[in-house]
Amino acid sequence: MSSTHPLDANDVIKVASLARLSLSDDEVERFTGQLARILDSAAEIAALDLGGLAPTAHPLALVNVLRDDVVRDSLDRDDVLSQAPSVNDNRFSVPKIIGDAP
Amino acid sequence: MSTLPDGWFMVVGLEVHTELRTETKLFCGCANAFGDQPNTNICPVCLGLPGALPVLNQRAVEYAIRIGLALHCVIQDSSFHRKNYFYPDMPKDFQISQYDIPINGPGYLDLPGGVRIGIERAHLEEDTGKTTHLGGTGRIHGSDESLVDYNRSGVPLVEIVSCPDIRSAAQARAYAAELRSILIASGASDGRMEEGSMRVDANVSVRRGEDQPFGTRCEIKNLNSLRSVQRAVEYEALRQIALLEDGGTVRQETRHWDEDAGKTHTLRTKEEAYDYRYFPEPDLVPVTPTQAFIDTVRTGLAPMPAERRAALVSLLGEPNDAQIDQLLAVVEQGLDHFVITAVNAGVNAPLALTRTANELAASDRSLDNLDAEAIAATLLLEQAGDLSATQSKAVLAEVIAHGGGDPKAIAKSKGFEHMADGALDLVIDEVIAAHPDEWERFCGGDEKLQGFFTGKIMAATKGQADGKAVSAGLRARKN
Repeated sequence: MSSTHPLDANDVIKVASLARLSLSDDEVERFTGQLARILDSAAEIAALDLGGLAPTAHPLALVNVLRDDVVRDSLDRDDVLSQAPSVNDNRFSVPKIIGDAP
Repeated sequence: MSTLPDGWFMVVGLEVHTELRTETKLFCGCANAFGDQPNTNICPVCLGLPGALPVLNQRAVEYAIRIGLALHCVIQDSSFHRKNYFYPDMPKDFQISQYDIPINGPGYLDLPGGVRIGIERAHLEEDTGKTTHLGGTGRIHGSDESLVDYNRSGVPLVEIVSCPDIRSAAQARAYAAELRSILIASGASDGRMEEGSMRVDANVSVRRGEDQPFGTRCEIKNLNSLRSVQRAVEYEALRQIALLEDGGTVRQETRHWDEDAGKTHTLRTKEEAYDYRYFPEPDLVPVTPTQAFIDTVRTGLAPMPAERRAALVSLLGEPNDAQIDQLLAVVEQGLDHFVITAVNAGVNAPLALTRTANELAASDRSLDNLDAEAIAATLLLEQAGDLSATQSKAVLAEVIAHGGGDPKAIAKSKGFEHMADGALDLVIDEVIAAHPDEWERFCGGDEKLQGFFTGKIMAATKGQADGKAVSAGLRARKN
């Protein structure tokens, strides 16, 4: 979605499907307009000459927020599993999966 | 060394994931432990519950830097990204990883044979949960239900990406083996492929000339042993060559290695590939290790395998080919300190090496707590002639089984008494006197009877006699 390619309904449908969102035709039309305005705003910044500025890795002026490698109590398994839709053999049961994880 | 049809060349790059030996996970204080009861090491962070916030484990950063230094990487300021995909082993629906700026930039790894393989990057990321597929045939495609254990979710990983510098299946195996040795030596990982703490993916392509551009590559997953790495890379290169020679084209895709069948099959094509939509992780700030910290980590690094192999070579002087194979194996398995301890105790280096490479390496017991001094003491007895080679191996087996012990006491309990000078001569004379007919035939040229007499003498000495001394004693009397 570079600035040379205006956002269209196909882009919105693709992004929605990647996020597992099901959109009605009305919603596709509405979000195409909204997302295009967001991209227009970003394009204004992209048009500026920022060659002298370092990229911002994070808006906070903090680095190296670390913790010691010390074990803390985990949650009670029964409490956690009692909130799962389906459990088998102390594990979360999910519908069958086709193919390996990425 | 290539086993490909004439004129064909393969190009391979490996991606190796290794779990770090931290006490806790990458972003929470849950225990990082293999083999615990399912779903006992889980909390809101590693379950991806709403509102939970990750905090980076300091030791995981240190271990990642250890790996980077061991691979001669550029250690740099880095940040984290979210890698988005939907799969039940990843409860947040994204994995926290490093994208454009990894903690470890370019480096290299030198294979024992001298070939240098470039390292593109080695970055930090979190592991996923463990999925077990049930139902059907038990294989992925036949499953009706999948069960998820999140104990592994959030365990720290470093992913080491090689450059496409590998040129044969044997070299791919050698790279994985050397990397594994380096990871273990760094103390950052235990390198246990059978437990999944080190996992290898291979990118394989072929071309019709070493100066040709790279062909279309396929990524092979599920390589769970060094043997699988070599077999799968070889199979995949041959598959692509056969396809191209038949006029077909290689599709860019992800393929799954089936160890039992010895084949790869399509997992997903490029069209089905995930679009991860990486974006900066807003809940984590950049990691900027100081030069002083990096220097401290560097100073604390244990000797790497190349240096340890060189140490064994210098003990041996000019090792022969068999000894070079032995010392490669001994360092690969982290057993070289047994050789060094024995040599320091006065054992000659070839004996120390060969017993370590055979008796110790072949043991199916854990050698982590084995007393190196007890091994050295046993080998000293063998070297002095107090134990025959056979007896020494029997005593070593006992020492290994108990993690140590007094070899003299073990030898005594087995009836391996040192034979007094002249005792063997006496036994040989007695055995010959008891079997005059056989002796006459042996002296007459029936060489088969050498075994008969050796057996009788060994039995009479309860195996204490040195085989070479028995043979020499028989020959001396025969003439």
